[in-house]
Amino acid sequence: MAHLDTHTPQEEKLQAPVVTNGRWAGYCAILGARMKELWREPEVIFWVFVFPLLLALGLGIAFRNKPADVTAIAVVNNARAQHVIDLLRGSPEKNSIHADVLDEHVALDRFRLGQYSLVVTDDESGVHYRYDPARPESVLARSQVDDALQTAAGRASPLKTEATQTSEPGARYIDFLIPGLLGMNLMNSGMWGIGFAVVDMRQRKLLKRFIASPMRRTDFLLALGSSRLVLMIIEVALLLGFGVLVFHMKVEGSLLAILLVAALGAVSFGGIGLLTASRAQKIESVSGLINLVMMPMWIFSGVFFSYERFPQVIQPLIKALPLTALNDALRAIILQGAGLSSQWMPLAIMAIWGGLSFAIALKWFRWS
Amino acid sequence: MQSAIRCSGLTKTYDGKVEAVRGLDLAIETGECFGLLGPNGAGKTTTIEILEGLLEPTSGEVEILGMTWHGHERELRERLGISLQETRLSEKLTVRETLHLFASFYHHPTPVAEVLDELSLNEKADAMVGKLSGGQKQRLAVATALVGNPRILFLDEPTTGLDPQSRRQLWEIVRQFQKRRGTVLLTTHYMDEAERLCDRLAIIDQGKIIAEGTPAELIAGLSGHHVVEFSISGGNGGGDDAWGRLPGVQSVRNDDGLFCLQVDEPHHTIPALLSAVQQRGAQLAHLTTRQASLEDVFVKLTGRHLRED
Repeated sequence: MAHLDTHTPQEEKLQAPVVTNGRWAGYCAILGARMKELWREPEVIFWVFVFPLLLALGLGIAFRNKPADVTAIAVVNNARAQHVIDLLRGSPEKNSIHADVLDEHVALDRFRLGQYSLVVTDDESGVHYRYDPARPESVLARSQVDDALQTAAGRASPLKTEATQTSEPGARYIDFLIPGLLGMNLMNSGMWGIGFAVVDMRQRKLLKRFIASPMRRTDFLLALGSSRLVLMIIEVALLLGFGVLVFHMKVEGSLLAILLVAALGAVSFGGIGLLTASRAQKIESVSGLINLVMMPMWIFSGVFFSYERFPQVIQPLIKALPLTALNDALRAIILQGAGLSSQWMPLAIMAIWGGLSFAIALKWFRWS
Repeated sequence: MQSAIRCSGLTKTYDGKVEAVRGLDLAIETGECFGLLGPNGAGKTTTIEILEGLLEPTSGEVEILGMTWHGHERELRERLGISLQETRLSEKLTVRETLHLFASFYHHPTPVAEVLDELSLNEKADAMVGKLSGGQKQRLAVATALVGNPRILFLDEPTTGLDPQSRRQLWEIVRQFQKRRGTVLLTTHYMDEAERLCDRLAIIDQGKIIAEGTPAELIAGLSGHHVVEFSISGGNGGGDDAWGRLPGVQSVRNDDGLFCLQVDEPHHTIPALLSAVQQRGAQLAHLTTRQASLEDVFVKLTGRHLRED
């Protein structure tokens, strides 16, 4: 044809020094590119690294162990109100009960809002307590105030008792919270980090462009998984470091065991993320799907409070969730110093979830 | 000599009913720039994606560099450079990083610096992809195809939506690649692009090749490869058929009052046309003559324009 020459200038070009790529060049380049992209996305930095720390800080402060828990109660304003106040002041518990004298409707309003745990009315018929059996602090306030009033009025204790106060690190709410947040964070970033990224690339036709090149598909998936592991190490270091430095949390178990469990969690949720993203064509549809998958785990898997509170019947189901398994294993190792072998059950649960999801995802996966 | 790209009896049916490609045969020689020209929805993209091994044909055979996609995918991928329609590359990577990424997939890529040079992307090498203009993005897309040092370059609508200068830049890149004996297959719905860039082309409509040859052959094949265009005002009418009876006129087309006569020898037709207009008592509002183009070929073959817009 028109541009065909007999002597070929490209022969020289072929002899010019050529670059030769090794087997893992593609894998390394994809991993490097993923890390750069993540690093350049301010939202990612915020949601993956800053947000969990803010959450830990906020909740840690809100639920911090106060030196002495003061019970706030309201005394209804009537002729005998001052008598109640005097009795409380004369009781041994005077420092742990704070009483305000208020008109009845004001007292009831504020009781309803949770400002007071108990409303006390003293009239001719005797002392009347109004409390809410559904509120633990209200139940506590009732017995505490009753004790104080009875003792101040002259009740003698037939049995001599003594109590020692104790507040061990490891038993506080923040100690419970940090491993839970770590588990939740690994789930969030695994699901979003893989699911969102894959669908975004599919929507941009970038996945299709990649498979039009000699890129190995397994390298691509491996690199995505590896990017999760790199982030996982940073996530663990940040959250645990934060707990230790700010809240003087004590890490009982070995760091290696924690990292291994977190790695299994990250990879497992990466697999679930890949499954949710295996077919979705649009960011909007995968976002809904990811939230749908994560929602039950936010509620049931004991991130913010113990899942023991849910009815006994659904406990086996809760324990079968991957986030429950991850949280349980993390708490056992971080708080109780458990070894890896004792955690085989939650580890197996995570491995099954991750492995199955990954296998199905590979079968279903669409590159275009 | 072995063809660079060869396919025969290619068909593609989507969901058992939509026939995107309906029996297509092609043979593209090494060093050739071959164009698939056709309107949107003609089956160009489906065809090129089957040849690229991205779509499985419903039936038919494909051979690239003497190999089939079954069993030789890796070897073929190493030797092909592909630019898809509308790929949006990662915006948070720089031009250089993007090229390094794609280069890493190939066993023997072209050094990135060389590709940057050749595609005049040097100035933008460290700019984020998200900050590039449309023309620069398109050049980068072609660069990601060239960085693998391919023997065949597939370009799907490489200049759609680009300004004239960017289009010419891309044409130049294609010509440079051809000079190194590279084979190019591109799709386009721009007839000027097909005419200037392609050594040979196939005009595709509704999943079939309706004409094939060099641009000059296709135009010469048109009976009457000059076009006389005119419009008239006033006059007592007389029907459009009358124009067809003028000497040397092969066919008449009426595009909203603009008459297009396909003629062999304009110098015979035009004097007759002028007197015919005069006889009707009408006046010429417009008269031009030009060489027939691929557009005329397409209109002649299908009765429609390439771009209905």
